[in-house]
Amino acid sequence: MASSKRLEPKELNPEERIKSFDEVNLGYTEQEAVEEASRCIQCKNPLCVSGCPVNIDIPCFIKEIKEEKFENALKTIKKTNNLPAVCGRVCPQEKQCEIKCILGKKGDPLNIGKLERFASEYESNDKNKDISKLKESVAVVGSGPAGLTCAADLAEIGYSVTIFEALHKPGGVMIYGIPEFRLPNNIVFKEINNIKNMGVKIETNHLIGRTIEISDLLKEYNAVFIGCGAGLPKFMDIPGEHLNHVYSANEFLTRINLMEAHLEHSPTPVKIGRKVVVVGGGNVAMDSARTARRLGADVTVIYRRTGIEMPARVEEVKHAQEEGVHFMMLTSPMSVLGDKEVSGIRCIQMSLGEEDESGRRKPIQIEGSNFNISCDQVIMAIGQGSNPLIAKSSKLKHDIRGNIIIDENMMTSLAGVFAGGDIIGGNSTVIGAMGDAKKAAQAVDAYIRKEKFI
Amino acid sequence: MFKILQKKKLAENTFMLEVSARKIADKAKPGQFIILRIDEKGERIPLTIADKKKNSIILVILNVGHTTGRLSKLKKGDTLSDLIGPLGNSSELDKFGTVCLVAGGLGIAPIYPIAKALKEKDNKIIVILGAKTRKHLFWEDKFIKIANKLIICTEDGSKGTKGFVTKAFEAVIRKEKLNRVICIGPPVMMKAVAHISKQRVKTIVSLNSIMVDGIGMCGSCRVKVDGKIKFACVDGPEFDAHKVEFDNLMQRNTRYDKIKHKRCY
Repeated sequence: MASSKRLEPKELNPEERIKSFDEVNLGYTEQEAVEEASRCIQCKNPLCVSGCPVNIDIPCFIKEIKEEKFENALKTIKKTNNLPAVCGRVCPQEKQCEIKCILGKKGDPLNIGKLERFASEYESNDKNKDISKLKESVAVVGSGPAGLTCAADLAEIGYSVTIFEALHKPGGVMIYGIPEFRLPNNIVFKEINNIKNMGVKIETNHLIGRTIEISDLLKEYNAVFIGCGAGLPKFMDIPGEHLNHVYSANEFLTRINLMEAHLEHSPTPVKIGRKVVVVGGGNVAMDSARTARRLGADVTVIYRRTGIEMPARVEEVKHAQEEGVHFMMLTSPMSVLGDKEVSGIRCIQMSLGEEDESGRRKPIQIEGSNFNISCDQVIMAIGQGSNPLIAKSSKLKHDIRGNIIIDENMMTSLAGVFAGGDIIGGNSTVIGAMGDAKKAAQAVDAYIRKEKFI
Repeated sequence: MFKILQKKKLAENTFMLEVSARKIADKAKPGQFIILRIDEKGERIPLTIADKKKNSIILVILNVGHTTGRLSKLKKGDTLSDLIGPLGNSSELDKFGTVCLVAGGLGIAPIYPIAKALKEKDNKIIVILGAKTRKHLFWEDKFIKIANKLIICTEDGSKGTKGFVTKAFEAVIRKEKLNRVICIGPPVMMKAVAHISKQRVKTIVSLNSIMVDGIGMCGSCRVKVDGKIKFACVDGPEFDAHKVEFDNLMQRNTRYDKIKHKRCY
């Protein structure tokens, strides 16, 4: 009889890990992976697969791990997921595949995410896979999870694919956003290299809508996929938000992750706060808090609802807590205090009322409950809006929030132009964007076949 | 890699780089900027496109910080690892009538393509250029060719009128019926010009707030315009001068002054 307890991989201990950006979770050893995989009861009708946005054949790869056919396990995953090392680390498995795992009814669900990560390390060196080339080509905008996935799927079919990335490094949010202690850059670059080895070209320093227009791309390519992400950080529009050392999480994380501002050799500056308040309850808030903690700050996360409603992955919250990040729930900022620089943040206590349209209980201010927290840096991690640049410059139909509107085939209002991920109002997860991108790749293929009669 | 085709000293501490960038040159319009990174270890800095040729762009740089100092040491034939653009919105170009263009210091460079384009639109162009001394002045020859009237001001009186551009601008606004003012320079100068032109003539300024990505992603360059948060990189860089909160801009531009070993540009 399989154990009802799941096996957790080893982690760096909290006191040590907050001194570096080394990856916290160390992953399974072979023995541990086989042991955990053996807990899978190989359901005839596996619900886990339906919880996966890219429909990985989970029971199959778990069985292969159990049988110590690790390379086969990776091949199984890669049939539908070209970024297993990334997904194994950052997917919210507890809300997707693992929540559906039958083992969860009586004990812990199978640790599917960590097993996926384990399998991802068994990359066979099938460099320069020779995929027979079609003469048709596709342009992909953005090299984040959506762009890479769509590019890989199309390259697999045989299209020649070029990705256009605005920043100087490819990887999108996986490079500028998610910190190395959660997703090391070398893991991302390895996945990107695998995709490049499939023949996909990546052009950095190209902002579509400025350097090249979508209409220019349509002259050179048979179709275009836009997976440029959301990309406009939100602010609360409260007094004092313009003060020095109020950051958007994007700015703080970009300066550190992309520009290495915390390192002596990097000329990019960043404020290293002593007492930092992070506003928000999502993964980006956790990333910001844990990054500030590693730079030596005393960090408090304030969130206007309670832990139950927090959108962050359970593991991220747990890691943040272990690392000494303080949490103040039911707390909302009213204003940032200070003269030129931040000296504190004025907050108000909240209570939860009726459910709102998001299905979560709406926070309500408790009158007269204001209080101040002193701090020298505030990081706003309250979500992002869509960057309207592409939609506007190429006159694509978009909603008032700037999200590009697509039809049931992921096609925008412009024929041959498809979109997916956060720019269509996605769910802000790597895997959500990848799910969209896979669907779009199929639609792009169908479109080209129909239009060009391949 | 983006090759440096030409490098020329223009004035005291100020030099010009012509960089090979076909795609950027193809799309660039007056008022737009680029972001560059010298190499793997470099920071990203924004610079306005001061002019362009068929396959290259002209950048004018004032050597004031880490990266501009490193750029000043580059030679013809060297390369920049990264260059992205054109970024930001282009200037509004129309037949306004009489346009006064006020530029101070390095602002002389980015105002040139705007002046040239406005001239091509049949506007009467009055240009006021301000510099610390005659040694800090550049491109007078380029402006002579397009300006109906060119006024030079230096702080020490070594060339043209002695004093700030604001003095000359006050004289112009008194004498001429202006339809538009465009002002680029240090924020304190733009603030003073905006103060003079307020309720008299629509005035546009180009803001130089601190940026990282330059594509709207980080919000580092945010500034209050008309009481609302705007990003200089994607909503600007040009804004209605009478709606910009210059004190907010100037305060935010001091953010990294204390981090000396890593001074921002």
